[in-house]
Amino acid sequence: MKKAAIIFSLLFVLLCPHGAGALNLKEYTLDNGLKVLIAEDHKAPTATFQIWYRVGSVDEKIGKTGLSHLLEHMMFKGTAAHGPKSFSQAIQRAGGMDNAFTSREYTGYFELLASDRIGLPIELEADRMRNLILTPKAVLSERDVVMEERRMRYEDDPQNMLHEEVVATAFKDHPYRWPVIGWMSDLKGLDPDDLIAHYKTYYAPNNAVIIVVGDVDSAQVLAKIKESFGKIPRGPEIKEAHIREDAQYGEKRVYVKKEAELPYILLVYKVPDIKDQDGYALDVLAGVLSGGKSSRLYNSLVYEKQIALSAWASYEGLYRDPFLFYAAATASRGKKIEDVEKALLDELENIKKDPPSEREVQKAKNQIEGSFIMEQDSIYMQARTIGSFEMIGGWRLVDKYLEGIRKVTPGDVQRVAAKYLVADRKTTGILIPEGEGKSDGE
Amino acid sequence: MTRRIVLIFVFLLLLIPLRASAAGIAEREVLPNGMVILHVERTGLPIVKVSFAIKAGSVAEPPGKAGLANLTADLLNEGTATRSSKDISDAIEFVGGSLNTSGGADYITVTLSVLKKDVELGFDLLSDIVLHPAFSEEEIQRRKAIIKSSIIQQKEEPGTVASKAFLKAVFGDHPYGIPVEGTEESLDAITRQDIVDFHKTYYVPGNGIMAVSGDIDRKELHALLDRFFGGWKGREVAARPLPVLRKGDGPRVIKIQRDITQANVILGHLGISREDPDYYAVSVMNYILGGGGFASRLMDNIRDNKGLSYDVHSFYSTNKFGGFFEAGLQTKNGSANAAIGEILKEMQRIRTEPVSDKELNDAKAYLTGSFPLRIDSNSKIAGFLVAVEYYRLGLDYVDKYKTFIDAVTKDDVLRVAKKYLDPKDYVLVVVGNLEKASLRY
Repeated sequence: MKKAAIIFSLLFVLLCPHGAGALNLKEYTLDNGLKVLIAEDHKAPTATFQIWYRVGSVDEKIGKTGLSHLLEHMMFKGTAAHGPKSFSQAIQRAGGMDNAFTSREYTGYFELLASDRIGLPIELEADRMRNLILTPKAVLSERDVVMEERRMRYEDDPQNMLHEEVVATAFKDHPYRWPVIGWMSDLKGLDPDDLIAHYKTYYAPNNAVIIVVGDVDSAQVLAKIKESFGKIPRGPEIKEAHIREDAQYGEKRVYVKKEAELPYILLVYKVPDIKDQDGYALDVLAGVLSGGKSSRLYNSLVYEKQIALSAWASYEGLYRDPFLFYAAATASRGKKIEDVEKALLDELENIKKDPPSEREVQKAKNQIEGSFIMEQDSIYMQARTIGSFEMIGGWRLVDKYLEGIRKVTPGDVQRVAAKYLVADRKTTGILIPEGEGKSDGE
Repeated sequence: MTRRIVLIFVFLLLLIPLRASAAGIAEREVLPNGMVILHVERTGLPIVKVSFAIKAGSVAEPPGKAGLANLTADLLNEGTATRSSKDISDAIEFVGGSLNTSGGADYITVTLSVLKKDVELGFDLLSDIVLHPAFSEEEIQRRKAIIKSSIIQQKEEPGTVASKAFLKAVFGDHPYGIPVEGTEESLDAITRQDIVDFHKTYYVPGNGIMAVSGDIDRKELHALLDRFFGGWKGREVAARPLPVLRKGDGPRVIKIQRDITQANVILGHLGISREDPDYYAVSVMNYILGGGGFASRLMDNIRDNKGLSYDVHSFYSTNKFGGFFEAGLQTKNGSANAAIGEILKEMQRIRTEPVSDKELNDAKAYLTGSFPLRIDSNSKIAGFLVAVEYYRLGLDYVDKYKTFIDAVTKDDVLRVAKKYLDPKDYVLVVVGNLEKASLRY
């Protein structure tokens, strides 16, 4: 949904098939510091224009969480040149779709439309980079909308609420600990001036990257981008905060008691990000555990033991700083969450004791490579992947990443499991269902 | 190669309004065994996507066996005469592909996604699971337990609870009112013999529509079809007679208590079939009312101006044998009355006053101008082609759609709003904290 897509996790749905340098991407930097990445793809007469700002919830402060995401909503409110509510209407009138997403480290805006109309989003995005009209009244009204969004996504969704609690418990001093949408109490006490300051600080050409993928001519698109964005002055340099999470001593546990039907468990382990050598093996480990119905967690918990409705794992490595490895399961009806937890931990222990088979590792690698190729079916996903890597250290990491994946051995998978899936890196969260809904009938 | 050029040609025409063309979007043929094949060759990427629809959805279920069609589809990749469940998942997952089944009311769908180099393996597996599923008692019990657990889990999703109650009230005993996955009780009533018989009757080539898009030419496709589907026999099966759909008589309000922070509201009633000629005028009308995102009246009024909700929408869900209209939102319990009042007000307004020229033109510009986005990838093309065939839209639908939408007038919008929106005889479902909501309705 519109202005909605808060990214919880980035799946490793990447692009570019075999071999080094397969990514056919052109990079430019304008005089004002704006970076532009263009990939021509002529399979269909459509294109996506995306602009990603290097600002997310990690750039917020305690007591003022949720500013980046609320600002994303406000970006659709209008400028002096293009009146209120006109942005999406103009894009839709041109047969396009537009939306945006906010993560812990970036905020992205995108349009999808027939490629011969690519000039329109270029002009509109350039305008709203600096010229947004932000009145306190409008900010507070949209704040109410975000509070409704928060109620829908978290307060009334017990599994999502558990995720929020677990991440907030796992991190002690890193800003990863608060949710992108912000805490309800912070939204209630929001000061519109903070939001305006946030916009003025972070929305500048030298803090943004444009990504264009589709049926376009690079030179023509670049010329249009220069024409619209080139005149915007560079903003003050923004210091990138380097925050290190302090060491953890022992497992942490957290419980959420909410009206729900089935118990649910989420384990998270602190792990390095994808820029670390161990990142590749962690990603393959997630594949061995969770890459489809033939993988270990499904096979053991869902198929053989029949104690879980679903079970999965995921390596969350596309972050600037070390983040988390997830393993989770929803208990089947009548099954005890203690037994589910034990089965989940047993599977992790198995891999620590014995390396996975060559075939399992090859399968996980093939799935990662296969999804790279499949993703190229969609211009939108191509741009998302380029942006995700660019935000954490440069789009060229994509090639490095694939090379790294190809080199992973069963021994590597065992080694990273033994090194990182340990109690001193772990936070366990359990959802305990309470109460039951009653139907009043007509 | 030629298919791709035709496709691009069609796209270009879309952007040049005055030209008309009978150029087809895909190659269509009916195999000797009755299976319909739709094929588009696109060579840009070494992948093949297949969407295989079989007219074996829940509308074909015998009474009292709700969930049979979905369970049958669900069991296809849980073992065949020669492969176990794990053999199937391991084979397709090893090559980084996917083979999935999904239930539905009108038809079930099996989708295959593979790299070109693995297309033979993909067709082998696809044919095996559709033609020779084992339906072992053990796998049946396993999948029944999983589906039952997921039915229970759905009860913690207020939006799903609201939607199920709404469809039941609108459609009554008609299959469209019964969840495709069935209920805990109806699943208990399904036997292995029911599944085997259902498969034998409905999984026949005459009931199949296969759409293939990607890096595969006609000759290659034919070789695969001959080899893996050549021996499949069986004529199309006549659709089961369905109950007559009846409108309600005055508002019916269903209130469901949950200890949550928002009221989840759905308001609506019966709508139209996908094959109704008014489909296009209804599309334009609904875009203006609540389908057009930030260009729609419901969003502008309830979210942008009043800050009452995050997600506000309306849509017409159109199936083969009927459909429904729904307007929906979530709002803090205390605002439920106000938000419901605004939905009814907007329904009434579009039925009584003509829409503005700008609204009409913007809606038409979006609906026609966004068409290329609906068919710009192999996945989207395969899904689109199945719908084109099933709802008899014609291979020149890309052109026809534009003509139909362009022809819609303000009078048409007013006429279909009057005919297909009913602010009196509606079903209203509210799932939320009823004490805090203290509904007037």
